[in-house]
Amino acid sequence: MISLVLRTATRYLLSLMLLFSIFLLVRGENEPGGGFDAGLIAAAAFSLYALATDVSAARSALHVDPRTLVGAGLLTAIASGAISLALNEPFLTGHWTGVYLPVVGSFEIGTPLIFDIGVYLVVWGVTLMIIFPLAEE
Amino acid sequence: MSKQTITGWIFSILPLSLFFFFLNQIPVISSGEPYTISFMWVPSLNIVLSFHLDGLSLLFSLLVTGIGTLIIIYGSGYLKNHKNLVQFYIYTILFMVSMLGVVLSDNIFCLFVFWELTSLSSFLLIGFENEKEKARSAALQALLVTSLGGLALLAGFILLSQVGGSSELSVLTSYANSIQSDRLYLPILLLILAGAFTKSAQIPFHFWLPNAMEAPTPVSAYLHSATMVKAGVYLLARLHLSLGGTQAWFIILTIIGALTMLVGAYLALSHTEIKRVLAYSTISSLGIMVLLIGLGTYGTVKAAIVFLLAHALYKCALFMVSGAIFKQTGTLNLEQLGGLWRLMPVTMLITGTAALSLSGLGPVLSFIAKELLIESVLTIPQLGFSLTLAVIITASISVAVALLLFIRPFFRNQTFANTFAKEASFSLLFGPGLLASLGVILGLFPGTISERIIEPAIYSTLGEHYSVQLSLWHGFTPALAMSSLAFVFGVILYQKWVDFRNFTTNMGPYLRTGPTWLYDKSIESLHSLANSQTNFLQSEHLSRYLLTVIAITVLLVGFPLVFKASFYPTPVLGEIRFYEVGLTLLIISATVTAITVRSRLAAVAALGVVGYGVALVFTFFGAPDLAMTQVMIETLTVILLVLVLYHLPGFAILSSHKERLRDAILAGATGALMTIFIILGSLIQSFPSISHYYIENSVTLAHGRNIVNIILVEYRVLDTLGEITVLSLAGVGVFALLKLRLGRKEKDKP
Repeated sequence: MISLVLRTATRYLLSLMLLFSIFLLVRGENEPGGGFDAGLIAAAAFSLYALATDVSAARSALHVDPRTLVGAGLLTAIASGAISLALNEPFLTGHWTGVYLPVVGSFEIGTPLIFDIGVYLVVWGVTLMIIFPLAEE
Repeated sequence: MSKQTITGWIFSILPLSLFFFFLNQIPVISSGEPYTISFMWVPSLNIVLSFHLDGLSLLFSLLVTGIGTLIIIYGSGYLKNHKNLVQFYIYTILFMVSMLGVVLSDNIFCLFVFWELTSLSSFLLIGFENEKEKARSAALQALLVTSLGGLALLAGFILLSQVGGSSELSVLTSYANSIQSDRLYLPILLLILAGAFTKSAQIPFHFWLPNAMEAPTPVSAYLHSATMVKAGVYLLARLHLSLGGTQAWFIILTIIGALTMLVGAYLALSHTEIKRVLAYSTISSLGIMVLLIGLGTYGTVKAAIVFLLAHALYKCALFMVSGAIFKQTGTLNLEQLGGLWRLMPVTMLITGTAALSLSGLGPVLSFIAKELLIESVLTIPQLGFSLTLAVIITASISVAVALLLFIRPFFRNQTFANTFAKEASFSLLFGPGLLASLGVILGLFPGTISERIIEPAIYSTLGEHYSVQLSLWHGFTPALAMSSLAFVFGVILYQKWVDFRNFTTNMGPYLRTGPTWLYDKSIESLHSLANSQTNFLQSEHLSRYLLTVIAITVLLVGFPLVFKASFYPTPVLGEIRFYEVGLTLLIISATVTAITVRSRLAAVAALGVVGYGVALVFTFFGAPDLAMTQVMIETLTVILLVLVLYHLPGFAILSSHKERLRDAILAGATGALMTIFIILGSLIQSFPSISHYYIENSVTLAHGRNIVNIILVEYRVLDTLGEITVLSLAGVGVFALLKLRLGRKEKDKP
């Protein structure tokens, strides 16, 4: 019993929610948001998709296995900390650098942001890792 | 030669090159210059990886690397075609490095780490034949006994470093007076001795060593006669300057050493398996060394060091030939072996030479050692007579054991059933041959080592320079007379060996309640304790687990809260706004609905209302981050619960009234506790708040203005890393459980 309205709406909602999660992730440094919330939103987006259609469709929309997300997230977080090791500083010391991109303008990018991306991926992956098999049963 | 044997020779290059390195250090060390290097390891705990090479370390290093080389070559022959031969090489090298670490470390914590590593590698090597139940339990026993001592040793070292004000052995020696007059001196001494005595198999911890003979012979020869078991002796010699010379030291070491020496000797004669005989004889020898270090005069220390060297050479050789005999005949039982001289003449020759050293007669290094031993013990005031008597008894038993090991297997008339036995291969005889002949060569030319090796070793033990002149012939001295006496007794004992054996077999049942029995009992009771405790705690009901955890938390946190109630400031109520009242009422009514409603879905929805209500509270009090997270978590929880509910059986009331009342009380108590906790948390500020620091530095240090997030990814980022790791692991766990169920379901389908 899948609602047609929900299914159609979810297609658009999915990309909107993912965009919103990235927005939350990036703005976390200065405004409410951050990797944890963003990860939960991304996971909610795919959970909604799984409920509206079915799990296999949600899995194929995700393209990668949730477990891969978890692994990639942990590695990203560790790698962001390892950068400072290469500079002979304690593990996880923060480093920032200014970047200028046309259209977007100039902004700062740093290892804490990369770490937050790791958190984002882990939270996203772990949540789906639990929800998908449950919804499959 | 097979490929594996060649591998052995290649592996032996490492210890051999180390051996030559240490040989090269002899001129430097004997001139009195220690060689020191150090690296910072854990600066905050003042733990330095510092190594110190002096006379004593050098003697041990030479033994460890020299004998290590021979053991690897020997092992390549002994374990030929064994499927785990390469593991043997690796474990042996691992052990050798650990042992070198023990004797070279200057920092006591560094020493401790290597000390434990020798226990671990010994565990791996004793359990080498890991398919045999006996080998496994012997390995475990050795590990438990030695690591129990290791724990004591660690405690002793920690106290020692606090009392002595340094953790460097070379520094501690200069604080001997303050250490020995401290009131913690006795505990330190006892703890460290527990470590040394378990490692060196002193009574009452001696029982693990004979059982460790389950190890392959190269291991027994290396670890359990020549090197590892001497780590305890090394430690005693090393600490002599800082801890030694007191009455307690003298009494404990002398009594334990002498007892071990006598009991070891007695037990050596009462066994029939060659390896066990050798193991007990090793225990006896270790006792002699402990005794000599305990006596602590120049004469006894000199005797201890010469004896240590001599013993390592001959005992290792004897173990090796016993392995060769076992390899060729398939037995080590002295009651079955016989007439091997015709079949294995070279082995016979080597055994004879090594046994000569064991008996301490003839032109061998151990003869010099024994003369020194008797001579030094004779001059001890008051105890001289009784100690000399004990030494002579031990020496006569050594003579008997030597005769036993040499004559019975090779010359006993009764021909051994296995006439297929033939001479052992070169790799099996190379090591023992070299070691046995070294005992003779050093006996004939003791001058080669007296100044270069013995003298510096004595200097490191006693801290004073003595000029050492060893010689084989001392003239007709009282010591010589006693040696001869021991020889005569030994021969008589040997001839009466069968009667002696009968006597000890009859005595057996009376001696059963020894340390082994105690060990077995304590292991047994440990198991039953663990069992009953597990049965008590692991009820296999999720609700019971929750109940236990929550009840204990409430009790542990609640008690101090109630008892210290008089110290708390009274809370001051702020202004109450109407929407706060409304929100509170909403949350409370949702809670009541959740626990009374008779539908799961409705309960989940009501819980959701509670969660969103809390999110609203966060919004009102200026925590948008928390509110957002709360909303997300709430949403996902509802989704999860709905998914799970789908699989549950229909709603039913399974618990009795009483049980629900109990749960209600507990839940109420938990809620009350948390409420009090939160109120108190906002009232009591034991330390100045660090939020100011966070706020002031968030932009300058962390390039962000959202403090909550900055704390997560900057200030406390290591915590976050730990949390996401835990989260991932929990996810993997849930995933595995779900997949397990899915897999089972699919299998159940036709």
